[in-house]
Amino acid sequence: MMEEARSRRTMLGRFSPFFVFLLLLAIWQIIAASGLFLPLLFPSPVAVVRATVELWEKGILVRDITASLSRVFSGFILAAVFAIPLGLLLGWYARLKHAFDPLVQILRPISPIAWIPLAILWFGIGNRPAIFIIFITSLFPILLASISAVKNIDQLIIKSAVNFGAGGGDILRKIVIPASFPYVMVGLRIALGIAWVIIVAAEMVGMRSGLGFMILDARNFLRTDMVVAGMIIIGIIGLILDRIMLFFEKSIRIRWGYRDLKGER
Amino acid sequence: MSRNKIVIENVSKHFTVNNGNQRLYALDTINLTINEGEFFCLLGPSGCGKSTLLNILAGFLKPTEGRVLIDGEEVTAPNPKYVTIFQEYTLFPWRTVLGNVKFGLEIGGMAKQQQNEIASSFIKLVQLQGFEDRHPFELSGGMKQRVAIARTLAVDPEIIFMDEPFGSLDAITRMEMEEEITRIWQEENKTIVFVTHDIEEAIYLADRIAIMSHQPGRIDNVIRVNLGRPKDRTSDDFLSIRDKIYDEFKLKTRKPFVYQI
Ligand SMILES: Nc1ncnc2c1ncn2[C@@H]1O[C@H](COP(=O)(O)OP(=O)(O)O)[C@@H](O)[C@H]1O
Ligand SMILES: [Mg+2]
Repeated sequence: MMEEARSRRTMLGRFSPFFVFLLLLAIWQIIAASGLFLPLLFPSPVAVVRATVELWEKGILVRDITASLSRVFSGFILAAVFAIPLGLLLGWYARLKHAFDPLVQILRPISPIAWIPLAILWFGIGNRPAIFIIFITSLFPILLASISAVKNIDQLIIKSAVNFGAGGGDILRKIVIPASFPYVMVGLRIALGIAWVIIVAAEMVGMRSGLGFMILDARNFLRTDMVVAGMIIIGIIGLILDRIMLFFEKSIRIRWGYRDLKGER
Repeated sequence: MSRNKIVIENVSKHFTVNNGNQRLYALDTINLTINEGEFFCLLGPSGCGKSTLLNILAGFLKPTEGRVLIDGEEVTAPNPKYVTIFQEYTLFPWRTVLGNVKFGLEIGGMAKQQQNEIASSFIKLVQLQGFEDRHPFELSGGMKQRVAIARTLAVDPEIIFMDEPFGSLDAITRMEMEEEITRIWQEENKTIVFVTHDIEEAIYLADRIAIMSHQPGRIDNVIRVNLGRPKDRTSDDFLSIRDKIYDEFKLKTRKPFVYQI
């Protein structure tokens, strides 16, 4: 009897997110049907689904998703290529870190959005200003993760490697890079998450394509059903990106034998 | 007469602590000679400077005064000819057992094929065949320390320094590892300097034991352990040496006890 009750509870537990969505949809539908708000300002779930299908059939959805994703990946990869080596360097050489630290601390709190005017002036129109914005966005999480990755390396491991005759280059290639990898991955995941948030804003200000532009454009035509459809799609893609990164992060962590990320157990 | 391998001449080590306001005398005028092929133990309570002395012998630390000679040459830096094994295993977690054991050979620039052969043979020596592709986190403490030993032996060092290598193992595994390292030492003809705070471990392993005391770290006495190997931990001779060391540390009750109930 106990068993039965527990299994029923876990079944309920497993599907609880589904119920939350269902509840939300129901409330949404009831409010939309109640006539409290104009349908134009408060589209019903059904309208949003129809709008999604329409966007899909017109090919707008695929075009804008591709545009947003390709900007995010370009900026993100550029940032990674730049920030990982710099971060490892700053983590290794305390004096260099000391020299760069104030600069990083001042640049970091500036919202990437604040760079948009300059980005457009510098890079004109097209993809390049958006890629630049994503580069700026991704830079700091990756940089900071890489710096602390190096600082977290077990000094005894380095001592052992030196004992076996490892020189500076060996230490870098065979110790610092592999030992930092799991921590750097965390930074990459965080950076990609923020980049996906920022790209929408960037596309609303300066772009003629992408999910951000799509939402803004739909609003101009008072297609709030398409606005909401765009928002939901952004959320879903963000979730998928995060899950993919989390999968890589976890498999590396398992391979490295790091249960938590405090270092070697 | 055996050859001198390590000569420690008037070695002292001070640390400045409290932001440079205070001096800590970790080692005070240590003089000691360790012979080639000897199994030598440094025995003393925590904080008496055993690790500091071992770090100086291995070239990780510079003495404040005095010097250390290995084969007549002054030690100035770490060298793969004398490798240290730490209590904390210090394996590379992202490398497999085989990858860990090969590490020193890779650094030495040996051909891949030969690396694998040598690494495999030492994995066999420490009885870990079948575990080549495992990662350190999949191994028990004793197995990890076997990997560390194989990794060390692979580069064929002349001296192995061990700093409480079995300190975090349970009692049974610890005794197994003590037997294991004795067997390996007999097969491989290495000079071993082994740090421990465990009296019985020192007696079981060592040819000679340096008894250290602390603040400042000094060597009070060097005891020769004249027991045939394999040593019997329960023999009278073993126990009488243990008594002698207890005496050295003044751990024996001098006065007869009077129980009062
Ligand atoms: N780098 C250091 N700086 C300051 N004090 C140290 C340092 N290393 C060791 N000591 C001190 O020197 C003494 C001996 O330490 P250690 O050699 O580690 O002892 P043991 O290995 O015998 O436990 C201790 O009091 C310790 O606190
Ligand atoms: Mg110690």
